[in-house]
Amino acid sequence: MKPGTWSDEQLETIMGNLLRIGVLTAAAVVLIGAGLFLAQHGRAHPDYHRFQSEPAELKSLPGIGAEVASGHSQGIIQLGLILLIATPIMRVIFAVIGFGFERDYLYTVVSLIVLAVLLYSLLGHAM
Amino acid sequence: MNTYEFTALVWLGATVAGFLGALTGLGGGVVIVPLLALGFGVDIRYAIGASLVSVIATSSGAAAAYVKEGFTNVRIGMFLEIATTLGALLGAMLATIVSTSAIAIIFGFVLLYSAILSRKSKPQAQQADQRPDKLGTLLRMSGTYPTANGEVSYNVHRVPLGFGLMLGAGTLSGLLGIGSGAVKVLALDLAMRIPFKVSTTTSNFMIGVTAAASAGVYLSRGYIDPGLAMPVMIGVLTGSMLGARLLVRAKTKVLRLVFAGVIAALGVEMIFNGFTGRI
Repeated sequence: MKPGTWSDEQLETIMGNLLRIGVLTAAAVVLIGAGLFLAQHGRAHPDYHRFQSEPAELKSLPGIGAEVASGHSQGIIQLGLILLIATPIMRVIFAVIGFGFERDYLYTVVSLIVLAVLLYSLLGHAM
Repeated sequence: MNTYEFTALVWLGATVAGFLGALTGLGGGVVIVPLLALGFGVDIRYAIGASLVSVIATSSGAAAAYVKEGFTNVRIGMFLEIATTLGALLGAMLATIVSTSAIAIIFGFVLLYSAILSRKSKPQAQQADQRPDKLGTLLRMSGTYPTANGEVSYNVHRVPLGFGLMLGAGTLSGLLGIGSGAVKVLALDLAMRIPFKVSTTTSNFMIGVTAAASAGVYLSRGYIDPGLAMPVMIGVLTGSMLGARLLVRAKTKVLRLVFAGVIAALGVEMIFNGFTGRI
């Protein structure tokens, strides 16, 4: 519509690739954690019948960070899941920048609103 | 059943669900919760947490393939994500106060709805009706998509109605840990009259962002268990990537019918278990 430095098509291709890289990275981290987890807890008997909520160290970002630092398998899996959750957020951040480069300020603002909701969800509760 | 066996079985189930979900376009996430809750006796809150994570994986994993095909309308997606993310946040908060039986019943009805919707023929956008929506024009939402006869252009209609439906889709997504692609496609297809190929891919593109909006709440409430989410995520991801690769050329009419039947049966069972208080 307006001449900009970037076209929509380029923007979409980069976004798509970004998403794929994010997912594959997340999956790799989850797989590493999974290997450790099965080696450590493979013979245990899992109980998911009753909901007890996760322990504190597996439900907040700082807690998960500490678990990863001490090499706990469940913490590593959670880290992979956080990377996965971060992937669409990264896409929205990229959209803010991309629409900015395109000088499409309407959609820069639209993307910023979406980003604000996402950050509120992740940081407003999880910290 | 020890953790090895449990992980292997959940992984297998999730792979099949992801594969069929992507191939039939009905989404794999929608059967993960009933699979875990009914098949493995997992508490529905853990099931929802694991399902939500897998929804992000499928949506983001398949998006790259869709974007290359040039079907996705990022502007429409981004604008409607305002509605879906707000809804998702609301839904995730509701999930923590609504009883598990009520969640099971609502889930069952969504499954039935998804099954019924899939039986209908693909709604074709009326190309004769080229009168665009004022808001849609203002938001520069019209676009083109590739067909055998070259690029076809389209306009959008009834943007406010679409936005409202998306708010509902987001709430369901946050409440049930699903992508609610069926509701999103309804909003894009029927309300906004976006061509089918564009609406399905744009809906998929939005699902990951929507799910990410409720994931933060789920994580902080302890719904996301690493031991359970791990095989579900890996399974659904591999299954759906295989399915998406076949999507463009596969003839899926019969498969769609069978999978819709399975979804409907799961829906009935969820409703029954919800009413009898077993979930």
